[in-house]
Amino acid sequence: MSERDASSAPPPARRRGAPGRLARNALWQLTRARVLSFLREPEVAFWVFAFPVLMALALGIAFRTSGTPRSRIGVEQGPGADSVAAALARSADLEVLRLPPAEAEAALRRGRIAVLVRAGADGPPTLVSDPTRPESRLAQLATVDALERAAGRADVARPRAEPVVRPGSRYIDFLLPGLIGLNLLGTGMWGIGFAIANWRQQRLLRRLIATPMKRSDFLLAMLLARLLWLVLEVGIILGFGALVFGTAVRGSWLAFALVTLLGTLAFSAIGLLVAVRTRTIEGVTGLMNVVQLPMWLLSGSFFSAERFPALMQPLVQVLPLTLVNNALRAIMNEGAGLATVAPAAGLLAAWGLASFFAALRWFRWD
Amino acid sequence: MLELSSQTAVARPALSCRGLVKRYPKVLAVDRLDLEVETGECFGLLGPNGAGKTTTIEILEGLNTADSGEVRVLDQTWGRGGGPDRALRERLGIQLQEAKFQDKLSVIETVELFRSFYRRGPDPEDVIRTVQLEEKREAWVGKLSGGQRQRLSLAVALVNEPDLLFLDEPTTGLDPQSRRQLWDLIAAFRRRGGTILLTTHYMEEAERLCDRVAIMDHGRVLTLDTPAALIATLGADHVVEFAVEGALDLAPVGRLPGVSQARREADAFALIVREPHISIPALLAELGRQGAPLRHLATHHATLEDVFVNLTGRTLRDE
Repeated sequence: MSERDASSAPPPARRRGAPGRLARNALWQLTRARVLSFLREPEVAFWVFAFPVLMALALGIAFRTSGTPRSRIGVEQGPGADSVAAALARSADLEVLRLPPAEAEAALRRGRIAVLVRAGADGPPTLVSDPTRPESRLAQLATVDALERAAGRADVARPRAEPVVRPGSRYIDFLLPGLIGLNLLGTGMWGIGFAIANWRQQRLLRRLIATPMKRSDFLLAMLLARLLWLVLEVGIILGFGALVFGTAVRGSWLAFALVTLLGTLAFSAIGLLVAVRTRTIEGVTGLMNVVQLPMWLLSGSFFSAERFPALMQPLVQVLPLTLVNNALRAIMNEGAGLATVAPAAGLLAAWGLASFFAALRWFRWD
Repeated sequence: MLELSSQTAVARPALSCRGLVKRYPKVLAVDRLDLEVETGECFGLLGPNGAGKTTTIEILEGLNTADSGEVRVLDQTWGRGGGPDRALRERLGIQLQEAKFQDKLSVIETVELFRSFYRRGPDPEDVIRTVQLEEKREAWVGKLSGGQRQRLSLAVALVNEPDLLFLDEPTTGLDPQSRRQLWDLIAAFRRRGGTILLTTHYMEEAERLCDRVAIMDHGRVLTLDTPAALIATLGADHVVEFAVEGALDLAPVGRLPGVSQARREADAFALIVREPHISIPALLAELGRQGAPLRHLATHHATLEDVFVNLTGRTLRDE
């Protein structure tokens, strides 16, 4: 602190914020600046916090399972339609709509009905459906069954059914870990990659290295700020899921913390790598989309990545988002512990380290 | 305030460079440049855009590397970013042209952030007071006017009480009032014993602030001296600008009494004269003789701009 001329010194200014020692710490100041400027972007807060919650809410409601699901089928109006519709309506598995011929085809095409039943003037009705859609096949089986019973078929051997609904097997249980994974990816890429490219474009990076600032302090502060967000964003998604849908973490919390931490570090390092040299916002946005797109498509955030052909599986399974999604699902829904997710954690650490050192090697401050 | 001890018998220059060369793929930005800035001096690099001023100052600041040549800053050379470089940076204040701070941080937060990078320096509150931004202490950087931003940029450059201050175009794009306010702040730093290297393309700024000025063009120093001595090289300190209807033969005009130089500008003429009250009547008589009626006439004191035009045939803001 400089000695000031006592006669000209104005009264001491009001102090606010961190106390002296901390205020003089570069790592603290850099982290604080990062957190504050992030907090003050309302659109960022929306994407980080509100978006995953709204997504969980919308998809959780759309795919909720209340009672036994019924297949919705359509009966085209015409001669003989009344008796066919009456026969089908007796089935517990079917919900029957009566449709004028003009609307029937469109309803089938748009997925409003899974099967279209066209009653003939004589002979059995025709069933129109797309055999590649699972829900159409299910509806077709139920429709055939209902028509045969109405025609007088007797059940020969009816197996006893024992209904079981396991917690952790609903769609929302599947979805929530995927949303956490997606969120970690997005905030890692934007929070690091976008910020760095932006600062380089504004020559702020150059201004920073014109000071004696330690470069390691700068990078460390970016990571510390990310970890703070990690706790907040994951906490909000988990809390929302638990409150609204009764989701839970059934396995090890330690494993959960480890996977989210390593996932965040891996995505942050990839974000840093994407931004090593880009000088414009447009450039870095394009690059980030190129990097994120394969993971959005292949990593199974909304449906299981197992659905992709075996040929693609080696690629799909090593993508960092697939690793995070699958590990979080194992922990949350199947009660997995550290041992189960250790291979995924190792691979995530490898992604993070490789990206980080590549980024350090090629990083440009101006 | 106490004077810093600047009366050493053999004062080493605060800053020097010799044979500096920087070549970009399409242009030779700096062409064998030699400079020496004395301790306690305000030194100006004056030149049009593209003269190589920014490249030169960034090499001296250790933010850019020269292809060849020698640079000494406060008796030290730039290394490769290790401990010695950081120690040197502790003593430098740097303002970059067009560098922006984070829009969503306040003035005080920005100054505190930069203060934390230095081991010694004044309290952030004092720096903000020095640059007269107390009222904007809590305002976000994005909400500041151009002049306020430049003052913040100066505050950040002063946050370590530097021995040597680099200012790259500190008042470009500012209104006259903001410009004068910054000049006062820069002059105050200079009075406290600080050394300044500044670049500018405003001759008025160089005349007002600088002890010595190097006029640069195409990466080279055209001339270097105090502003008064540079203006004195014109041989006279008044400039008469005039325009006429039709054609004019300039040769006889150049031989009129008291005229030391006559030159043709875009669609006008300029004379450098010692005594306007002798030369102007003579000019009017000559115009009458040539039958070229006067369309416009104005006089001003010779400036560094006239020195530049005299050296290059172009004005500072031509390109």
